[in-house]
Amino acid sequence: MTRYAGRGFAAINYPIGMNLGGDPAQALVHSTPDGKFMVTLSAIDLGQGMKSVTRQIAAEALGVPMEDVYVDTADSDTGPHDMGSFASRGTHRVGNAVIRASSEARAQMMEAAAEELEVNATDLDTDGQGNIHVKGAPQRKITVAETAIAAQFKQGRTLSGRGIFLIEPSGVDPDTGEMSPVTTYAHAALIVDLTVDDETGEVTVDKINSAYEVGRALNPKLVEQQLIGGAWMGVSHALYETTEPYYPDRAHGPEDFNTYLMPGPGEIVPHDIAVLERPAADAPYGGKGPGEMCANPVLPAVANAVYNAVGVRVDKLPITPEKILRGLQAQGGAKPGPRRPGTQ
Amino acid sequence: MPKKPMSFTLNDAETGVFVEEGQNLLEALRRGAGDLSPKFGCGQGTCGACTVLIDGAPHLSCLTLAEAAASRRVETTGGLAAGPELHPLQTAFMEGFAAQCGFCTGGMLMVAKALLAENPRPTREEVIEAISGNLCRCTGYGPIVDAILTAAARMQGRAA
Ligand code: FES
Ligand code: FES
Repeated sequence: MTRYAGRGFAAINYPIGMNLGGDPAQALVHSTPDGKFMVTLSAIDLGQGMKSVTRQIAAEALGVPMEDVYVDTADSDTGPHDMGSFASRGTHRVGNAVIRASSEARAQMMEAAAEELEVNATDLDTDGQGNIHVKGAPQRKITVAETAIAAQFKQGRTLSGRGIFLIEPSGVDPDTGEMSPVTTYAHAALIVDLTVDDETGEVTVDKINSAYEVGRALNPKLVEQQLIGGAWMGVSHALYETTEPYYPDRAHGPEDFNTYLMPGPGEIVPHDIAVLERPAADAPYGGKGPGEMCANPVLPAVANAVYNAVGVRVDKLPITPEKILRGLQAQGGAKPGPRRPGTQ
Repeated sequence: MPKKPMSFTLNDAETGVFVEEGQNLLEALRRGAGDLSPKFGCGQGTCGACTVLIDGAPHLSCLTLAEAAASRRVETTGGLAAGPELHPLQTAFMEGFAAQCGFCTGGMLMVAKALLAENPRPTREEVIEAISGNLCRCTGYGPIVDAILTAAARMQGRAA
C-alpha cells in the first residue's frame, strides 16, 4: 500500500444572478409610527445571511441605525415579487432593490423632517444614530422617531419606498445562440492538497487554500462562514454524494441519511481563505456575495489533485474509491504526476 | 383516536399535553407543548435535529414514544437561555458563527450540553464523537466543534 500526495488547482469566473427575463427583484420599505423601518422581501434567507445583509444595506441607504431596521421575508404570496434565492443573486439583485426602496423612503423621511424643522429637505442630513439635522448646524435636529410620528399623525404622509432591480434582458442570437447571461462575475482560485491510497482508493483531503473575489464583503464574517461551509459541501460533492452511484441505474443508491454519504465532523479539512475585495460598479455598495461559488471550484481542484497524485482522470462525480481503483487497474498502477517543490 | 393526558417537566416547567397512542415525543413537544426548538429533520433517527435531553441524556425525540417521557425531565434548546442570558454554548455558537440555517443547531446544542455535563474538559476528538450523530449541511462542522470547545473552556474559567 502506498499513499500518494497530489495537488490540484482550479479557477472559476462565476456569474452573479442570471438573465431569465431580466432577473427582477423587488423590495418594499415602510416605517412604523415609532420610526423603525420594515423591509419586505420575497427572497428568503436559507442561512446564507440574506436578512443580515439586506438589513445592513437598508440601514446604510436610509441613514438610520441597523437596530431600527427589520427584514421580513415571511411569505412570497404577500411580499413583493422576487425571482428567488438561487443563482448567487441575493446580495446583488435584492441588495440593489433594497437600496432603491430605501432611498425613496429616505427622501420622504427627509421631506417630513424638513416640514417639522421648517427648512428645505436638501439642507438636511442623517447621522446614522437616529437623528436628522440641518447640515452644518447639528443642534437643529429631530429624531427619526419624532419624524415618523409627525408624518403619521400630523402630516398624513407615509415614509415608504418601492424598489425594483432589473438587468437589461439579453435575447438569444438565433444564429449563434449567443447571449449575455449576466452583468457581473465573481472569481475564485483554489488549491487542494490530498492523499490517495492506491490499495483502498480512498482520498483524504488534507488542506485547501483559496482566494475569493466577492466585490466588497458586506459582512466579512458571514462571507467567511459561507466559504468555509461551502468548501465542505464542495468536498462532499467531489468525493461522496450521489443518489445514483451507477447512474442511470438506481442500484445501490442510498435511501436515507445512513446510506447517503457525506463527510462528518471527523473529516474537517483545514482551509485557508483569502477574500479579495474589489467593489463592483453595479453592485450594492460593491458587494456581489459568494453564493454557489463557495462550493464549485473545489470539485475540479479535487479531480485535478487526484490526477496529479496517481494519474487517474475521473470525469464523473463523485470520485469514489471504486472509480479510482478501476482507473489504477486499467493503467497498471499509480502514475504520479509532477511534484511541486515542497510537496511529498 | 383517543388522546391521553400526560405530564412531564419541560425545561423546569410542569407541562401537560394530550398524546395519541404511538405519538412520538417530537410531535408532542412541537404540537402539544408548542416548543418548536426541536426540529423534524428525517423522522427516522438519522440526522439528530430532534435531539432533546431526557433526565439529562440525549435522545432522538422522533424515535422516542411521547409516553416514555411521562413524569420525566425533558430539556430542549428552548429552555437553554435564562431570560435574556444566553447559555455559554449559545454565546459561543453565536460568536463563532457555528450556525447558518440553524436547523441542526438545536440538536447540536443539546448533545453538547449533555457532553459537557458529563465531561467538562472534552478533547477535540471527544467533541467530534459526541456530535457525530448530528448532521449539518451548512457549516462544515469546524465552527461547531470550535464553539463547543470554547464554551467548555469558558464554563471552566479557562482560556479556549
Ligand atoms: S428527526 Fe429525529 S433524527 Fe432526524
Ligand atoms: S446550520 Fe444549517 S444544518 Fe447546520
